[in-house]
Amino acid sequence: MTQNQSTSHVTGVNGNLVSVAFADAVTQNEVAYVMPADGSRLKAEVIRVRGREADLQVFESTTGVKVGDPVEFTSQLLSVELGPGLLTQVYDGLQNPLPELAKQAGYFLKKGLYIYPLDQEKTWDYTPVAKVGDVLEASDTVGTVPEGIFTHRIMLPFAWQGSWTITWTIGPGQYNIKTVVAKATDGNQERDITMTQTWPVKIPITTYKDRLLPREPLITQVRSIDTFFPVAKGGTFCTPGPFGAGKTVLQHALSQRSEVDIVIVAACGERAGEVVEILREFPHLEDPRTGRNLIDRTIIICNTSSMPVAAREASIYTSVTLAEYYRQMGLSLLLLADSTSRWAQALREESGRLEEIPGEEAFPAYLESLVANFYERAGLVQLNDGSLGSITICGAVSPAGGNFEEPVTQATLKVVGSFLALSRDRANARRYPAIHPLDSWSKYNSIVPEKKVSVARNLLRAGNEVDQMMKVVGEEGTPTSDFVTYLKSEFLDSVYLQQNTFDPIDSACGSQRQEHVFDKILEVINATFDFPDKNEARTYFQNLRQSFIDWNYCPWQTDAFKEQEARIDNMLKDAR
Amino acid sequence: MKKIYHRIIQISGNVITVEADNVANQELAEVKSPQGTSLAQVIRLDKSRVYLQVFAGSRGISTDSEVRFLGHPMRVAASDALLGRIFTGNGSPRDKGPALTDNFIDIGGPSVNPANRVIPKNMIRTGLPMIDIFNTLVESQKLPIFSVAGEPYNELLARIAMQAEVDIIILGGMGLKYDDYLYFRETLDQQGALSRTVMFIHTASDPIVECLLVPDLALAAAEYFATEKNKRVLVLLTDMTNFCDALKEIAITMEQIPSNRGYPGDLYSQLAARYEKAVDFETAGSITVLAVTTMPGDDVTHPVPDNTGYITEGQFYLVNGRIEPFGSLSRLKQQVNSETRADHRALMDNMIRLYAEYKESLEKQSMGFRMSDWDNKLLKYGALFEARMMDLNVNIPLEEALDLGWKTLSECFTPAETGIKSDLVKQFWPQ
Repeated sequence: MTQNQSTSHVTGVNGNLVSVAFADAVTQNEVAYVMPADGSRLKAEVIRVRGREADLQVFESTTGVKVGDPVEFTSQLLSVELGPGLLTQVYDGLQNPLPELAKQAGYFLKKGLYIYPLDQEKTWDYTPVAKVGDVLEASDTVGTVPEGIFTHRIMLPFAWQGSWTITWTIGPGQYNIKTVVAKATDGNQERDITMTQTWPVKIPITTYKDRLLPREPLITQVRSIDTFFPVAKGGTFCTPGPFGAGKTVLQHALSQRSEVDIVIVAACGERAGEVVEILREFPHLEDPRTGRNLIDRTIIICNTSSMPVAAREASIYTSVTLAEYYRQMGLSLLLLADSTSRWAQALREESGRLEEIPGEEAFPAYLESLVANFYERAGLVQLNDGSLGSITICGAVSPAGGNFEEPVTQATLKVVGSFLALSRDRANARRYPAIHPLDSWSKYNSIVPEKKVSVARNLLRAGNEVDQMMKVVGEEGTPTSDFVTYLKSEFLDSVYLQQNTFDPIDSACGSQRQEHVFDKILEVINATFDFPDKNEARTYFQNLRQSFIDWNYCPWQTDAFKEQEARIDNMLKDAR
Repeated sequence: MKKIYHRIIQISGNVITVEADNVANQELAEVKSPQGTSLAQVIRLDKSRVYLQVFAGSRGISTDSEVRFLGHPMRVAASDALLGRIFTGNGSPRDKGPALTDNFIDIGGPSVNPANRVIPKNMIRTGLPMIDIFNTLVESQKLPIFSVAGEPYNELLARIAMQAEVDIIILGGMGLKYDDYLYFRETLDQQGALSRTVMFIHTASDPIVECLLVPDLALAAAEYFATEKNKRVLVLLTDMTNFCDALKEIAITMEQIPSNRGYPGDLYSQLAARYEKAVDFETAGSITVLAVTTMPGDDVTHPVPDNTGYITEGQFYLVNGRIEPFGSLSRLKQQVNSETRADHRALMDNMIRLYAEYKESLEKQSMGFRMSDWDNKLLKYGALFEARMMDLNVNIPLEEALDLGWKTLSECFTPAETGIKSDLVKQFWPQ
């Protein structure tokens, strides 16, 4: 740090944008601290340099900042601290641990109070892996510690370039994260390795061997996703929808039921109350796959709507960087970002203060490239040791007025592999999850063979056409065969696409069960029924629907499940 | 220390610019002109130029008017002395009482740490069946009333204020018609609720800048009562659309680039900063926010209701003098309606479903189709439902309302036709 700190000072304040006259060199995106007279230090990031003035976006309220207040530059890009102990944590967008902050500051957030994100006292059961003389590259494993159910790899820091020879290692034992556990040299210098490292959030971690094409489906246990609009491990998907369409409920379901190792929930500019539910409930909810609490596999990044806007922008990058860190250990991650529209709005606010020429709806012209860069940080990778790690990104989008033509939705659609359109009509009709079966699409492989799925898709389309027709000609004017098509598509919708998120059995529909139930539904779809009139047809399908819904509430492969299935088989036999 | 500045170098809209030094962002100042003295707030600093938003507007300010900086941001005197008082949008008394000077706290303070929040669990009883049964109001909820000009939204707000079981009511009026202000004052007075009420009233003819301060004043006072006095506070804001329009006006004066229909790009954050003050503390009181949002042109996709809907925990639609059962939603009702009475949820779901069927029959009837027996049953039910449940003049406790629901069902249907689980029918169906 060679800055002459006494001469860098504030020259202007506009909202959370502070102009600073600086003395020596500054770096784009470096972190600086604005120091008003009340003694606080406000974290800020350089976002523009013009002449001898730098524009800083301050991550806090700038109330009380004066022209002439000193500014300290750090030469560091905005970074996160990586190491064991990240799991189960609740951070704000700048990686401040919120529960710890609550202990120190009370009910309200306190500006200018920053806390080290990891527990520095806690000791970890360290096992060295690399031996003296081993030659390692960035991301190679130096040692491991158990973190919950995972083996947390202590890796050669991602920023170290070239080959490094281990010159010393510590023995197995209990150490805290700041203990030097190994030393390595690249021939020029010897450096210490601890259990932590830092990484700048806006730069992707790329120290892996290869990126692979995502093929394996990520089981979310949501039937309409897994069967109709699947997501691959390492893929990307988005859930745009107007307010009240159930975006957040769907994201909560995904965070609980998805079959991945670690879930990172980035609550970005949304209601605090929604995070509170995760915060308070996850420690008590069991993860059926591991028998542990859900919180053990979860990290929450929480920058809710009333928290400072600039930190909201950072929160998205913070969360994806944490995801990349765990991916480097060969784990599969799901990053749920709710909502990317709020992130885009933070960019818009900043762009407005910089007086940049606006693009559509005043969003900055570079919005699309930033959205693309974010989603491109998802992916399936082969690590140096040959194991696979993946990040799947799900972005909620909150389009203004529920109109998908707006810039954020459109920019997102260009870069995602699956689009789950949440519809207000379906939500109003209480058809949850409100994923629209005709508007949504996916480029990934379903757990059910495509041939079978397309039969169901065609039925939904045909049923919709009959429905439209009936609105004009009435039920009387519709041929019975068309009417049965309509009833079949309504049946498929209500027993398969619709799923009760609040029921423990129905909400957890594993892939085997989905395949099994889907085959049964195909039987119904492919069957030819001969009903004397429409009323009889309607009654039959009402009863069939009720039996299937009851079946959905029976635990998989229990006696109740099998009995109900036999009942359904009989109903099908009788009608044909 | 308190220097007086005389050189105003720019006057544009409600914003004046003076050359001054050692001024803090958001600091307050007094501007003295022949029209009187007005407060002003620093909204931007650029080298030695200080941009001030003048609360009373810039009319009558001359280039040599006096500007005196006060050294602190906008504050409110928080104490029990607030109770029963009425203030203007700049915090000065409107009711001829003395100005308060004790225990000043800053307004627009930081957000509550999400780690300190708890899951809401207490129902607020309002005596209105459409709320209590169908969209239960929950302590710490933030809920807008979406309505249009001409609807009795202020009457509804006053009704809820009077009937709701809370300790303190704080009313923030923005762009309120003077008559509406008098109506609120009179109604609260008649019901004897004035002594537990604080009002911050900006009327339609007051300076526009003061409109912006009303929610912050009201919520800062609410935070004081909730955290220091452990009170359950109900904050009523009317009308938030006026607040947004004031934001728009100021933003455009400041030459900010508008994003959608002229509203500034930070409309969402501005609204969220206010609504998110609704909170329930484990070891202190709570703040519940009910706000009127009038929808220009009855359009829910207008930026103000649209952004509001993304922030709040549901909404009440007030249409034709009734709370509309379909669009209205309380996102928190699940947290409380399982513990009120065993039949609450089932009755809520099925009565609404039947009412939806009634609407379909009504449509068929208006199109001239023949009415079946079932249609006639529904028509009878619909009329009773509207009279007994939806009428805003009904004021009965939840339990009575539920009993009335069963009575209504039994007058119109057989138990099987209602689709309610048999064990509930056995317990509650009137004999």
